[in-house]
Amino acid sequence: MIDDKDIINVDQPELSATERLYLPQIVGGMKTTLRHMFKKKITLQYPEKKRELRVENYRGVHRLNRDEKGRVACVACFMCQTACPAHCIHIVGAESPWEDREKYPIQFDIDELRCIYCGMCEEACPVDAVELTPEYDLVGRSREEMILDKEELLKVFDRTKDMKPRKNPKITGYAGTGSPDEHTSTTHGGAH
Amino acid sequence: MDWVIEQLSNQLVFSVVLALAVFGAIMTAVAYCIYFERKISAWMQDRVGPNRVGPLGLLQPLADGAKFLLKEDIIPAFVDKPLFIIAPAIALILGLMGFAILPWGGMVDLNGDGVVDVMCQVADPGVGLLYLLGIGGLAVYAVVVGGWANNNKYAFLAAMRSTAQMLSYEIPMAMVILIVVMTTGQLGLNDIVTSQTGAGNLWHVCHHPVAFFIMLVTLFAETNRTPFDLAEAEQELVGGYHTEYSALKFGLFFLGEYAHMITGSGFVIVLFLGGWHLPWVPFLQPEATSIWAMLSKMAVMGLKISAFLFLFMWVRWTLPRFRFDQLMRLSWKGFLPMCLALFAYVAVLLYLGKQTSLLWTLGGNVVLIVVALVVAGMGRVPITGRQANLSSLPWEGAARMR
Repeated sequence: MIDDKDIINVDQPELSATERLYLPQIVGGMKTTLRHMFKKKITLQYPEKKRELRVENYRGVHRLNRDEKGRVACVACFMCQTACPAHCIHIVGAESPWEDREKYPIQFDIDELRCIYCGMCEEACPVDAVELTPEYDLVGRSREEMILDKEELLKVFDRTKDMKPRKNPKITGYAGTGSPDEHTSTTHGGAH
Repeated sequence: MDWVIEQLSNQLVFSVVLALAVFGAIMTAVAYCIYFERKISAWMQDRVGPNRVGPLGLLQPLADGAKFLLKEDIIPAFVDKPLFIIAPAIALILGLMGFAILPWGGMVDLNGDGVVDVMCQVADPGVGLLYLLGIGGLAVYAVVVGGWANNNKYAFLAAMRSTAQMLSYEIPMAMVILIVVMTTGQLGLNDIVTSQTGAGNLWHVCHHPVAFFIMLVTLFAETNRTPFDLAEAEQELVGGYHTEYSALKFGLFFLGEYAHMITGSGFVIVLFLGGWHLPWVPFLQPEATSIWAMLSKMAVMGLKISAFLFLFMWVRWTLPRFRFDQLMRLSWKGFLPMCLALFAYVAVLLYLGKQTSLLWTLGGNVVLIVVALVVAGMGRVPITGRQANLSSLPWEGAARMR
């Protein structure tokens, strides 16, 4: 017997009379399972019903936000592409046809299979154009299909803008052309 | 119609027709057993269970069957090929053979002339219950042959365990059956059912509840169901004796297990719960011999078997598995002495002519339970036992028990 005061010897608990006889315990267990048989089931019938979004910042499929005029909000600054640790974002920028900014993306691809859904792109974006959505069930039949281009990403925005409004619709003050005030006055689902 | 009834009045023709009908019904029942096993397990775990194939998932057995048929049937290079092929067949055939002597509907008067024409039972051999014991003894071969042919250490361990288990539990089972045989003086199963009917006669479970309980537990052990499913303990033995089986051969083991369950429940019902009989219902008495009486008797038998199957599944999804030493102890130190005591007591009652007296039989049962409780309480050893409580030598026991 080791006589060390740091050692705590734990005895097995003494069994009560019914525990020793085993049968009453069996009956108790069977009562429990029978009760559970008639309980409400917790299964969610997945493809038909989906779970409600329980966290605001769930990191699912990306989207490219539209601004209040329905144009792509991205200004092709390459911040997200630079920040991305998985190198899954590919942007081709071009001169913007619009007054309020210099550049816009003519191509914006995200490889959803390479992506690790860390949310760094969302953090890096100065105009809150790229965001992660609560959508978690993206599937495809080929690797190519899983590379979402600009149009696809804008479609994701259209699908999810009601579920998760755009965080910060303010995109001006960047190109220095428009006044910030005239844009902040426009409401965008009130995510401020 | 007359011609059909005339042909059916021949016991041989009737038996063949009944055998085919029962075979079809049993195979369907077995398939749906698997469905209900999954459903009930799901319900008990607050889940929904299979619900995608057909309405409520009711076509799931068909999908399962198709899957078993279409999967690649692998025969590994290292197995004992003839035995490997024959083992699943043994499992299913033995599971089904028991149905031959189950009494489904008593005596039947097909053409309504007041004379009994046939017996609603595929076969009624004079040795009745001995046939059942023989089948039960053979059932162990499916597991042993399967485990051996696998040539795989896990399968072999399972086969070893299973052999010891089935042999150990066959003894209390045979004893319990003997108690019923002594009480009734009959071996034929229909005679045993009849002996539980009529004025002044009760179902045997009223006379011998302890024997009924022991029979029930041994049935769980004989069919390798939880809490006695050591032969296929997935967690320790990778599936046990059917580790190397695939496709339809695995399916046959599966079907065999459920067929065995149905047969076993049928026998417990015949021995202790009055078979097709229900008290106070006029068309469920042996005197009722019309076709409709036969059909309702079959329905009652089916309902009783379904209730038993539910019990099997209920227990399976409630109780954890026994340890092997607990299993052996329960049989040899628990059930065997109790069975012997009961057996001797019934023999004495038989000598005194009191074997149908409720007072005497129940009194004996009560005394037996009290004695068992006292022994269990005095020993201060839990029925299930903990490893620390097990004594290696008899005289060490008291010292190690605290």
